[in-house]
Amino acid sequence: MDLFLQQLVNGLALGGVYCLAAVGLSLVFGVLRIPNLAHGALYMRGAYGTYYAMTALGVPYVAPIGIAAVVLAAVGVGMERLIFHPLRNSPHTHHMIAAIGAMFFFQSLIQAIWGADFRQMPSPISGTLSLAGAQISWQRIVIIVAAVAILALLAVFMKRSVHGQSIEAIEQDRTGASLVGINPDRVSMLTLGLAAALAAVAAGLVAPLNLLSPTMGAALDMKVFAIIILGGLGSLPGAIVGGFVLGIAEAMASTYISTGVSEAIAFVLLVGVLAIRPTGLFSPAVSR
Amino acid sequence: MSLLETRGLGKRFGGLDAVKDVSLDVEEGKITAVIGPNGAGKSTFFNLLAGFYAPTSGTVRFRGEDITGMAPHKTVKRGIARTFQTTHLFDDSTVLENVLAGRVVRSKENVFDAVFRTPRSRREERANLDAAWEALHFTGIEDFAHDPAGAVPQEVQKRTAVALALATEPTLLLLDEPAAGITEEETESFGTLVRQIVARGVTVCLVEHKMSMIMSLADHILVLERGQTLAEGTPAEIQADPRVIEAYLGTDDEDDAAAAGQSTGQSAVQSTVEGRA
Amino acid sequence: MTAPVTAGRRPAQRSRWLVLGLGVVGAVVLLGAPALLTESDYTLRLMTMALVYAIATYGMNVILGFTGQLSLAHAGFFGIGAYVTGILTVDHDWSFWAAFVVSVVVTAVTGFLAGLLALRTKQEYFAIYTMATGFIVYLVISRWSDVTHGQQGLIGVKLPEGGDLVDFAEPSAMYYLCLAFLAVAVYATWAIRRSTVGRTLIAIRTSEDLAKSIGVNVGLNKQLAFAASTTIAGTAGALYATTMGFIGPSVSSVNMTFEMLMFLLIGGMGTVFGPIIGTFLVVFLFELMQDFQAYRFLVIGPVIVALVIFAPRGIAGYFQKVVARFVDAPSEATTKTVKTRTGEGDGVVPAQRAAVPPALTKEAR
Repeated sequence: MDLFLQQLVNGLALGGVYCLAAVGLSLVFGVLRIPNLAHGALYMRGAYGTYYAMTALGVPYVAPIGIAAVVLAAVGVGMERLIFHPLRNSPHTHHMIAAIGAMFFFQSLIQAIWGADFRQMPSPISGTLSLAGAQISWQRIVIIVAAVAILALLAVFMKRSVHGQSIEAIEQDRTGASLVGINPDRVSMLTLGLAAALAAVAAGLVAPLNLLSPTMGAALDMKVFAIIILGGLGSLPGAIVGGFVLGIAEAMASTYISTGVSEAIAFVLLVGVLAIRPTGLFSPAVSR
Repeated sequence: MSLLETRGLGKRFGGLDAVKDVSLDVEEGKITAVIGPNGAGKSTFFNLLAGFYAPTSGTVRFRGEDITGMAPHKTVKRGIARTFQTTHLFDDSTVLENVLAGRVVRSKENVFDAVFRTPRSRREERANLDAAWEALHFTGIEDFAHDPAGAVPQEVQKRTAVALALATEPTLLLLDEPAAGITEEETESFGTLVRQIVARGVTVCLVEHKMSMIMSLADHILVLERGQTLAEGTPAEIQADPRVIEAYLGTDDEDDAAAAGQSTGQSAVQSTVEGRA
Repeated sequence: MTAPVTAGRRPAQRSRWLVLGLGVVGAVVLLGAPALLTESDYTLRLMTMALVYAIATYGMNVILGFTGQLSLAHAGFFGIGAYVTGILTVDHDWSFWAAFVVSVVVTAVTGFLAGLLALRTKQEYFAIYTMATGFIVYLVISRWSDVTHGQQGLIGVKLPEGGDLVDFAEPSAMYYLCLAFLAVAVYATWAIRRSTVGRTLIAIRTSEDLAKSIGVNVGLNKQLAFAASTTIAGTAGALYATTMGFIGPSVSSVNMTFEMLMFLLIGGMGTVFGPIIGTFLVVFLFELMQDFQAYRFLVIGPVIVALVIFAPRGIAGYFQKVVARFVDAPSEATTKTVKTRTGEGDGVVPAQRAAVPPALTKEAR
């Protein structure tokens, strides 16, 4: 029972991280209509950003994440301006190829600065909590709480603030929204910046638990894509549900089955769902 | 038996009926037009006829065969061709290349023929070129054959689209707002082209906004409003129908209504329009 | 009746001869390379490897260049081809040619099956789905150690059996074998490009709606193009295994796909010579930049982005556009008008149409 509880918490923590990354990607897809294949790289940079702020600048935990988020937001906006905006009239394959190029660049940049080896970020929150006989690390609890809090904030932002609503409007109907004065370019920039920031936060939260490496983004990429496809591209509730489901599934699988299976779960689910329902689980039905 | 007939055709998106219960007979050798104010469901109905949308209710029969919900690539094979409202062309290819693309459906050539340059492939290439040039000549744009399709004037692009469609050897040609964005003079010569197409043996059904063109061209008109049939008949009947005028005046299409009246000089309509103004 | 019709004569296509000339020069260089490189086995082997990569890139050209679908599983099938050949020859003592045939068949079948699922999805999903598929292949190859030897890789892949005629231990023999396959790939691409099949695929790439409206069965054609691309990749993979002699899981990694993507992008998507130009250029550039290994990806990233924004047609496409403009005679500056016919269309086939060279399709880029 305590093992189960422990893994449940692990799963929720993992899920929380996945959610934050997935939600950003989902937003980008809804607004720009392309999957940002460089999302994992943004995530990875966020982790390194936090790492840098912590080690080089010696700033305590929360602040580095904040710094990393801001920096990444700027990077996200930069990507929109330099890459996606010039390509707005090109076929979608071009966007995806450009995202791949960006991903290469980010990865190699980090590698050039910090090398390809794994790095360990010092864990700022140590110690565990004893609950029902299980040892649960505080770090994980922090992750869960933070993830939920941020998601809640995001929901409020989307529904209540003008900016959030403009994102939703553009998602629904790009031309219609621009006709009522919403600037699609601004929204694109905002969305990409927001998504990057979310990825950075996700990375910063989970970094102390895992090792950092320039390729950490690639592995995450797959899973996050699997999540939003499961949940439906552009659907936020789908991304959230998908994130937690996958997190828990992976945690359970790695304990009760094997680590190999837990790694493959994301893709197996992905392939399986796409085979049955090519538009994902939660996406609005599109008629021919 | 009509060439194309729809019975109770409908398309539902989510909770909304874009088209509801529309029945139409397209007679062979005649020009049929579908008109209606903005938002009347003309485009949706058109896409239903062309197979780009699958209907949620009703049937479509072509030459007696039930083609309801049939995919476009199959209906093209059976002889229904269409153009698009915003001209879809291969911008980087020449006008001739574009029209040649229309021959794809009538070609039996496959990969092996292409790679091994079999006699069949060469025969077909020749036949295709012949057909393409004929279509270019027919639509009057042979001067532009080697120009990139993206670089030619609007009118030439529209005619390229028509030539492309004609290259598929259709029995029925569906034109989606062919006169959009061209001048009055060009519209008139386009109308002439449409009549020539019919004279050649291809039935035409078009969706169009320009009343002047419709009234002088169409043999049979279907008026849609809010996705449903409002009226049906000859141009004279439609122009005299108060419900049609009402529908157009109720929206911002006053110009259309006035033009509808003007093209045959019907003073009754004119005075109604002026009286209300 | 209308005035006598003259079909517009094709503007002088001097650029066509130029391209042909360059092609011949290139072919001569490629054919003569082994003779020139008797001192340098290493360079010859490098070129052989480039030939193999180029073949794989031609496969990507079919699905991405012509049909406009981004398949990120390409290296996965390259890897399948390599590993089927490797496993059969190393662990089961099959002859190379037998293993080769099996490789081709396996990649064709698995490609077709994967395509069944992949192509029911929309375009954006397709890229992600293929990325996942490729990743699964990589996972299987790197983890299923019992069969694939996992991270250790396979050593000792057999050389092709040449009977008494050819000894494939000679680097030049291997080179010519790969060159032969490449020549087939180039020819097939050229033949398809100017045929109905090519037009069909390009139609799908340009606009699926337009393709449907000319009677193209979009779904089926995408699937066939995808299966063709995986088969070509698998063939290249089998050749790779035998030329290298040893293979590791990295041949099926997504990084490999990205490298091929780069070759294709630089050379020119959807062109006949693009893959070969791009592959050779990049392979040799990387060779020269050996010392700067770490930095090469730093440069490649922005290069890809810049290419995709400014020159998506790559070198081959750029060449065609720019050179053609300078070298070709401008089309006759007659005033062009839209002709209105009086009376019915007379169905006249213009007499001089026959003078139009069939290669007019070359101008379509």
